[in-house]
Amino acid sequence: MNGVQLWAVQRATAMVLALAVVVHLVTILVAVRGGLSAAEIIGRTRGNWAWLGFYSVFALAAGLHGAIGLRAIAAEWAGWRGRGYDLAWIGIALLTAAFGIRAAWGLYSA
Amino acid sequence: MSDWRRRSHPAWIAFLVHRLSGLALALFLPVHFWALGQAIQGEAALEGFLRWSDNPVLKVAETVLVILLAAHLAGGLRVLALEFLGWRAQQKTMVAASAGVAFAAGLLFLLNLGA
Amino acid sequence: MGEATAMLRVKVWRGNAEGGAMADYAVPARANQTVLDVVTHIQREVDPTLAYRFACRVGMCGSCAMVVNGRPRWTCRTHVSRVAQDGALELRPLSNLPVIRDLATDMAPFFDKWAKARGTFQPKDAPDGSVPDDFAVVPPATKQRQQADAGIECIGCGVCYSGCDIVAWNPDYLGPAALNRAWTLVNDVRDGARKDRLAAVAGDAGCHACHSTQSCTAHCPKGIDPSGAIAGLKRSLFWPGFKGGVR
Repeated sequence: MNGVQLWAVQRATAMVLALAVVVHLVTILVAVRGGLSAAEIIGRTRGNWAWLGFYSVFALAAGLHGAIGLRAIAAEWAGWRGRGYDLAWIGIALLTAAFGIRAAWGLYSA
Repeated sequence: MSDWRRRSHPAWIAFLVHRLSGLALALFLPVHFWALGQAIQGEAALEGFLRWSDNPVLKVAETVLVILLAAHLAGGLRVLALEFLGWRAQQKTMVAASAGVAFAAGLLFLLNLGA
Repeated sequence: MGEATAMLRVKVWRGNAEGGAMADYAVPARANQTVLDVVTHIQREVDPTLAYRFACRVGMCGSCAMVVNGRPRWTCRTHVSRVAQDGALELRPLSNLPVIRDLATDMAPFFDKWAKARGTFQPKDAPDGSVPDDFAVVPPATKQRQQADAGIECIGCGVCYSGCDIVAWNPDYLGPAALNRAWTLVNDVRDGARKDRLAAVAGDAGCHACHSTQSCTAHCPKGIDPSGAIAGLKRSLFWPGFKGGVR
């Protein structure tokens, strides 16, 4: 992937995240009313395909978006530039997304 | 320093907030995912994690994260409006609205925590 | 001259590529005085070795830009009364460019990047440089014409380039002026090099390096919005970027 593609991916994920973050924030605001409990959370998420799908897409978009952002910051503020770093950032993006999907799966199958 | 005087305009401040909130969120994200993944080994483990996270220091940290997320979202909408809709004139308004959205989200979170 | 003339306290950066320091000067304050007048007074009346650059004195040539009290400005059209703080001025050469001496910077890297951004008009009708048979008609009301018109008054003063943090952090970055120029040509319906030009401005050294800090737009003395022009280039490159057709 070159810089133009990474930028395009970051903006595409930004559009997904703009929507997903609003949903996530509203979920948080609603969920924390009256305190959080495991039974309550798992009651909402267990076996819920729509919920798993949403949070998997969210995690993938967030992982890619964040790592591409870190790439720009590292290039400008630390001078980390080049193919090797780009590959490392893509690796970090996918690893982060995998962690997120694992967490979502945990709540789905709990 | 001379560098800072040329930066004292709303769009630059919006950029800085966007960058720093993005940096914090991007560093927090893997930790958030990993911790959740670890905590979710059944209901009892999750309950233990949630009770651990009840301490006031973590509540403050969570509030900060909600504000950062809202700020980054609002700042991101500014960038998308500029890049994809070509909005040029209302940038100051966009910056102000972004700040408003961020603080409103933080306030709502705090109010709901207490509810 | 009955009463004592009010004096401006002026700090000027003196030095060369190896380094330098601020020097202090006292300059008589005058009505309707520009910053360029102040520099000229120092050179003519106080220290003839002071190096600086100017030509037209009326905001057309783009050669007199300097950093005035921390902000890049065209000095010939900047009144002292608008920028002096308690009668004090601080003058430095443009940042992000190599210094030749004192207030004169080497503009070569700045204009080299215009060339890299394919900033030259390439007539569609006459690729070999011949004169077209007839005048091209470009109606002023068309969107493309208006986009081109919005950026065409650039005088190449380097203020935006000096004020841009991305140039400072990413020395390969083409910068606001070169990209603004490219955007005017991308919108010029008479131009035949659109594809090559978009390829030239794509990527980490091109428009995609911009983070919309909008310092260029805030500082441009001509009121041009290079940041908006760069956003236009990005917009044009969104779908090609996905396909990987642009390097």
